[in-house]
Amino acid sequence: MTAGTTRDWTADEMMTVAAARALQGRRVCFVGIGQPSMAANLARRTHSPDLCLIYESGPIGAKPTVPPLSIGDGELAETADTVVSCVEIFNYWLQPGRIEVGFLGAAQLDRYANINTTVIGSDYRKPTVRLPGAGGAPEIAANCGEVFVVLRQLKRSFVERVDFVTSVGYGDGPGSRERLGLRGKGPTLVITDLGILRPDPDTCELTLTAVHPGIAVADVLEVTGWPLKVSPDLTTTEAPTEAELTVLRDLAARRTQSTQEG
Amino acid sequence: MARSHCEQIRAGRECAGGASLADITTLARAVAELVHDGDSVALEGFTHLIPMAAGQEIIRQRRRDLTLIRMTPDLIYDQMIGAGCASALVFSWGGNPGGGSLHRMREAMQDGWPGPLRIEEHSHAGMANRYAAGASGLPFAVMRGYTGTDLVEHTATIATVTCPFTGEVLTAVPALNPDVGIIHAQRADRRGNIQMWGITGVQKEVVLASRRSLVTVEEIVDTLDPVPGAVVLPDWAVTAVAVAPRGAYPSYAQGYYDRDNAAYRAWDEVSRDRDRFAAWLSDNVYGTVSS
Repeated sequence: MTAGTTRDWTADEMMTVAAARALQGRRVCFVGIGQPSMAANLARRTHSPDLCLIYESGPIGAKPTVPPLSIGDGELAETADTVVSCVEIFNYWLQPGRIEVGFLGAAQLDRYANINTTVIGSDYRKPTVRLPGAGGAPEIAANCGEVFVVLRQLKRSFVERVDFVTSVGYGDGPGSRERLGLRGKGPTLVITDLGILRPDPDTCELTLTAVHPGIAVADVLEVTGWPLKVSPDLTTTEAPTEAELTVLRDLAARRTQSTQEG
Repeated sequence: MARSHCEQIRAGRECAGGASLADITTLARAVAELVHDGDSVALEGFTHLIPMAAGQEIIRQRRRDLTLIRMTPDLIYDQMIGAGCASALVFSWGGNPGGGSLHRMREAMQDGWPGPLRIEEHSHAGMANRYAAGASGLPFAVMRGYTGTDLVEHTATIATVTCPFTGEVLTAVPALNPDVGIIHAQRADRRGNIQMWGITGVQKEVVLASRRSLVTVEEIVDTLDPVPGAVVLPDWAVTAVAVAPRGAYPSYAQGYYDRDNAAYRAWDEVSRDRDRFAAWLSDNVYGTVSS
């Protein structure tokens, strides 16, 4: 794309493409519900056909042709190398640290990449908004080798401190994960519709390391609920390629069709 | 003391020495027999094989004060909570997968309607381990989980335990032993042996962990032909079996019917409004009989 031309992709498409690219060269990914599933399936259909997708419902090595609407779709079981029980998925596969990358979504994310999917509001018993809850995320965040998080960057979702720590990122900062005995590295990458954030190696604070094409740093700062640090080596993400968009739109169309079938 | 209907059925089957029994029991009789007001009840099935017909029969029989247990409360618990069956919910992810929110459940949690709902909130790994401990005859399970999360502060059933061999501090969660465990499976044979395949979640564990169990099935067949990866539960491990064709709808039964994604989407609108939900209950649950 040359400067000045109208871009022909949406911010959400950019986010999913960037998230899929992050899986390049990876072997095994534990796929969380929502956005991560589309990204993981895009990765498998483009640069990483051998990427092993694991879903908490039990499928290991799922190869869906239609991106699943839920994480327990029949397509996942039918295309998997094997389907195991939930007890086995969590205890034998996730808990010992066998899974290289965990891919999660979030409703709220904070400066230290802690994740909230439980409640919005300060009173757990009287929440402003009740969210679905933890699901598999706390143990995915604790036990995978590293964690990628994908979510839209909004003032209400990027907060100084999450209302509820459902899944631990870097806790209160440096040393938190070690003190808690969490064995995985934690969130090493956050992909949003505006750019990419990574934890600072010294402070563990999420830092803006890339912006997507057409996004200014000020746009990102504007919707971040803490004084976001910007990397001195800030880059601009490569725009989605024709090939990436073609596959992504095909996947999205298949999923839309599957939701409309009665 | 008089033997219950289900006990009589079991005795009859044993006496009959494998004689053919077309209907092991009906869903209505099984629920009447096994599920009582005040019970803890777990209906399990992870997206697949959700025991919808059994849940709706519990609504139809107007059970009250139930402690509902389930990893992924979806439409069926939204319906049961909205209908006033529950006073407590033990769960790990409550949503309408791919379809929106569970408005009946949210209204009960946020506004106490139609009645207060106590919640005990866990993670999936914790719930799976709690069922596994229950199935194993152990008082608790040991795991690596919850550490550093706010669930520890709000959920009394999360604790720590020190490994007696290494001194490592680990997480402990108590066993789940529901009064009644209910699942839906693809099929049973005439003795009541159960066979299910595809995503089978924690269904084996919940049946083995529960004091009483009910399995609804798509059909009863003469012989359970082997299916790759299938889970088989022997008849003596199950209290009652009832035929409920399409009993998991709008979730799916692998090899029988697909998930009706449009119905999941449509639920959001029904669930959003009290009156609309009440009309739905009247037309689709109270106004009908189970098969």
